[in-house]
Amino acid sequence: MSFASEFMDRARVVASNLRHRQIIRTALGNYEMARDRRKATYQDWQGARQLAAETKWEAINHLDHYLLDFSNRLEARGTKVHWASNASQARDIILSIVQQKQARSVIKSKAMTAEEIHLNEALEKAGLKVVESDLGELIVQLRRETPYHIVFPSMHLTREEISALFEKELGSAPTLDPEELTMIARRVLRGKYLTADIGITGGNFAVAETGMVSITENEGNARLTAALPKTMITLLGIEKIIPRLDDLALFLPMLATMGAGQALTGYNTLYGGPRQPGELDGPEEWHVVLLDNHRTELLADGEQRDALHCIRCGACLNVCPIFRNVGGHTYGTTYSGPIGSVITPHLRGLQDWKHLSGASSLCGACTETCPVKIDLHHHLLQNRRNAAQERPDNLEEAAFGVFGWFTRRPAAWKTVRSILQKIQPLTRRFQKKPWHPAKPWTQTRDLPVLPSESFRDWWKNRPKTSKHD
Amino acid sequence: MDALYPSAAISMVEILERLGHRVLCPDSLVCCGQPAFNSGYWDQARAVAQPVLESLQEAEAIVIGSGSCGAMLKVFYPQLFDKTPQKEMACNVAARTWEFSSFLVDKLGVTDLGAAFPHRVTFHDGCHGLRELGLKQPPRTLLRSVRGLELLEMKEAETCCGFGGAFSAKFPMISSAMGDVKCHSALETGAEYMVSNDSSCLMHLQGLLSRQGKSLKTMHLAEVLNCVKKN
Ligand code: SF4
Repeated sequence: MSFASEFMDRARVVASNLRHRQIIRTALGNYEMARDRRKATYQDWQGARQLAAETKWEAINHLDHYLLDFSNRLEARGTKVHWASNASQARDIILSIVQQKQARSVIKSKAMTAEEIHLNEALEKAGLKVVESDLGELIVQLRRETPYHIVFPSMHLTREEISALFEKELGSAPTLDPEELTMIARRVLRGKYLTADIGITGGNFAVAETGMVSITENEGNARLTAALPKTMITLLGIEKIIPRLDDLALFLPMLATMGAGQALTGYNTLYGGPRQPGELDGPEEWHVVLLDNHRTELLADGEQRDALHCIRCGACLNVCPIFRNVGGHTYGTTYSGPIGSVITPHLRGLQDWKHLSGASSLCGACTETCPVKIDLHHHLLQNRRNAAQERPDNLEEAAFGVFGWFTRRPAAWKTVRSILQKIQPLTRRFQKKPWHPAKPWTQTRDLPVLPSESFRDWWKNRPKTSKHD
Repeated sequence: MDALYPSAAISMVEILERLGHRVLCPDSLVCCGQPAFNSGYWDQARAVAQPVLESLQEAEAIVIGSGSCGAMLKVFYPQLFDKTPQKEMACNVAARTWEFSSFLVDKLGVTDLGAAFPHRVTFHDGCHGLRELGLKQPPRTLLRSVRGLELLEMKEAETCCGFGGAFSAKFPMISSAMGDVKCHSALETGAEYMVSNDSSCLMHLQGLLSRQGKSLKTMHLAEVLNCVKKN
């Protein structure tokens, strides 16, 4: 089955699931209130967006230069930097570190890039035990699911479901108290930090000026993941670069505001290197893996390059009516929602993933909200154009050709209209039937009524006065 | 609007003429080409748009009763005809194009058309009008001066109704779910009419409402504004 038909099947199920709709609505309703409260504290939110967009523009348009700065500075403090062109190279690099360390267990903090390269499967196949330390990630890991959302991996689940899951998988007592649920996870995780041989993290920003990785989190789990195991591995997409340390003053609050409606995320840590002589804690070795995986192809696309500005705040998913109705898993991609629909065709093939660009009403809510001003919904339009140019759908192409022929012949157009008008009693009478030719429309919607007189008829027939021609 | 919603188009003509304008409506204006454009078939879209461009060369102002088609001419024609000999023509047309409510309020400075419509009304922002053209206020300004009209804002006023042209037929399940959310929000206000400056959104919403047996009616902004005593 193609990715497109899988998407359609899942979308059909989820879009009509009113329980799902309600859960997401409630979760995002709370988010929206918090986000708007935070946004209101900015003196000039649009100005902040503009500055953020320009800063990322600068970073992405000089990526070659900034990436080298970043890597040189990291290496100067003893970090080992690895460059991975694609997912399999990245997996191999990480696996070889793990094997060299003869590691048996790995603790991970949240990293969408790790999802992107299917790192957990690869590690597990190599015989390692992998534990997710972020609460939401742990929940989906226990359910053997992928994250539902890039920021809120388990937002599709109710407290009841999480409690039942913990009861089954961790043997805890049932509770609906979010604090208690967090404590259960914490108790389980505590031991894992101490026994894990390797800690794997993602990163939110890569500061070129100082050679540091900024990690943002609310639970403190990434800090423990980074600090306790002897070896730390950080996997970063190359687009995470920002030029200066100062830029964090803009991006950290912005990410917190748009990501979760917070002024600042609970913990913001800068990592500059492995444990230095005389220091008391930190990993003995730090490996930073820089991942391309088709990002440079996006970089080469002048029209859509700004998609690399993305700071993965998830705000575009939250406002997207498609995402809200079909849910994160329906996409079948690592990155869902508008940004996922824009970049997945670049990351995984246009023809296989063009349906995501089609599955949009182009309402533009994503573009309006994106803090780094990515022209998201117009990129969907460009993906559609590129896909149709590269491999047109014969039927669709012919249909638009015929339609165009009619539009250039008003008389023929009029005939079609009058035929449709005459058979209207029939087309309307049977509109609930499954064999109705307009079924995609009529299954849920009544057909509009075609009045006997069109505007043109009225225009032609109305009494001529001096006002009209 | 020609075939399905003539009364909206007629209302526009009558309003503009009452304001003293001469209205032209060349036969060659059939479709702006948006369906093909949005589906990615830009060659086919240009074939439809070309006669439109040509027949609009004379007009001082091009007034469109749909935020969506308005955005097509104003925002997307220059892109569609980019790097073609018609580029200049397209930019020219774009500069003279107005969505109906914005033409009245922003261009003519008219806010009160003397209309009376003693009903509870909620307004649906069509996405193209709202986000491509930035038209949040003009329709509301006009509705506020209608006698007897009570404007009730719905929570999801700015949420897409789910029509989206071909999207509504290609992804009917998503489109209908989005429409349901919208209708639910409109019904919550207790309004009798859901008014918009986009007939295509209304066709989709009315289709859902009447299938579900709801009495909430949809109506084009121009029809509301044309509720005046005629002599
Ligand atoms: S595209 Fe923009 S809104 Fe969406 S996740 Fe990225 S930064 Fe956030």
